Amino acid sequence: MDLNLTRKLEGFSDRTQWKHTHWIPVVVVLAAVAGWQALTTFAGLPAFILPSPAQVAVRFVTAIRDSSLLWHAAVTLSEVLLGLLAGTCSATLLGYAVAKSRAFERLASPFLVASQAIPIVAIAPLLVIWFGQGMFSKILICGLIVFFPVLVNTVVGLRAVPRSLNELMRSLHASPWQTLRLLEIPAALPIFLGGLQIGATLSVIGAVVGEFVGADRGLGFLINVGRGQYDTALVFVAVFTLIGMALSLYGMVIYLEHRLLAWQDRN
Amino acid sequence: MTNDTRQPVVSVRSLSATFPDGNGGLHALGAVSFVVHPQEFVCVLGPSGSGKSTLLRILAGLLPPTSGEINFEGHHQPRIGFVFQQANLMPWRTVSQNIMLPLEVEKVPYEEACQKAQKLIELVGLDGFEKALPRDLSGGMAQRVALARALVHDPDILLLDEPFGSLDALTRERMWTELSRIWQADQKTVIMVTHSIGEALFLADRVLVLTARPGRIKLDLPVDLPRPREEEMRYTQHFGRLARRLKDAIE
Repeated sequence: MDLNLTRKLEGFSDRTQWKHTHWIPVVVVLAAVAGWQALTTFAGLPAFILPSPAQVAVRFVTAIRDSSLLWHAAVTLSEVLLGLLAGTCSATLLGYAVAKSRAFERLASPFLVASQAIPIVAIAPLLVIWFGQGMFSKILICGLIVFFPVLVNTVVGLRAVPRSLNELMRSLHASPWQTLRLLEIPAALPIFLGGLQIGATLSVIGAVVGEFVGADRGLGFLINVGRGQYDTALVFVAVFTLIGMALSLYGMVIYLEHRLLAWQDRN
Repeated sequence: MTNDTRQPVVSVRSLSATFPDGNGGLHALGAVSFVVHPQEFVCVLGPSGSGKSTLLRILAGLLPPTSGEINFEGHHQPRIGFVFQQANLMPWRTVSQNIMLPLEVEKVPYEEACQKAQKLIELVGLDGFEKALPRDLSGGMAQRVALARALVHDPDILLLDEPFGSLDALTRERMWTELSRIWQADQKTVIMVTHSIGEALFLADRVLVLTARPGRIKLDLPVDLPRPREEEMRYTQHFGRLARRLKDAIE
């Protein structure tokens, strides 16, 4: 899946293809907005059910003017990034141990699989009860949701290191650290980054879930406020901001892939 | 060369090994003893299952022997240059970065490493491909890079495990001439595993023939063909006689 996405993206950066296809997404978005505007105008839906694009745009500007949007977005973004960082770091370290030691794998894998079997939505309230309404409980939720895909991809990536290259490093009497730095990290990177791609978008979901359960700030909190006050336009503003956030994170990982994996065949 | 009185680079005494090959069978090496002298080119020839690759891997320290011993002259941990059946390059490294890998492991300063790598690139005839990635190389070129990588850190011994087995016939024969030239220029001690009689006779000073499992040395044949060896030599009577002896020993 990841490879396909990468290829599609590279296809887009290809000038000849870009020329022919770049207008399609723009037209689709414009058509959707026009349809939405038509729906609100002609179906006579009240603004608290479905605000028009114009109303959402106005609400967006007000939310930026009173700096509430920026503040809540900054809170959510910090939760997302810190959770992503914590989840990725712990998953990478644990993944390395699992990939390197069969004994450790047998010991840890029941717990790791079980941790994945618990729906994050179900334990989010517990985490908020234990760690409070503040950012810490959200960072924890983000970390947990990011943990598993990154762990699995780290293990798969490290296991995919060709045995013959391992033998080469051994024939050169390379130290374990040199083998890690010169062979294992670069060889595992493509699969690891695939995990980070998934983790980055999941992290946004984690933060919103945490904020829904209990928070006094963040975009999830803003959605709750908008709903409570029948300010549906505000809900839309928060949702679009979240989409933008998730897409930027995803784009950053893709950019990282482009930079780090330039050696991969692009055909 | 068999009566060489010089200190051997490596001496192997009653080395034996038994390993599962991962497919339900066994790699077995009987009690094998031999010595290799400085700058000697030794080919190990044998039917499949004679444990010739196992022998090479034990020499490289990649496998532990079941019994017996190996002594390298003056070192406990010799420097090894190993060329695998496949080029075995790191796809994320350029040609020159791949060649510099052993120097990086030995923590040679970057400038010096670059110079050494450049020399080897010239030696194997890859000028202009320093910045190329392995995906852009043909099989023969990739194997040249592997050869340069195995030589760059000036190893005590060069171990070649059927290095040209995956190349097409024409490229393979061109690589024999190349390897012969490189070996003469670099004055290395070489042990090469092969299953090709022609390859062994073209390159070696001495050919060791192993029996089928468990592999034991059946024949230790000095190759007294003049150097530099050329294509034409393969049609001489003497070459034919040597080939015949090797063929008989294998079967």
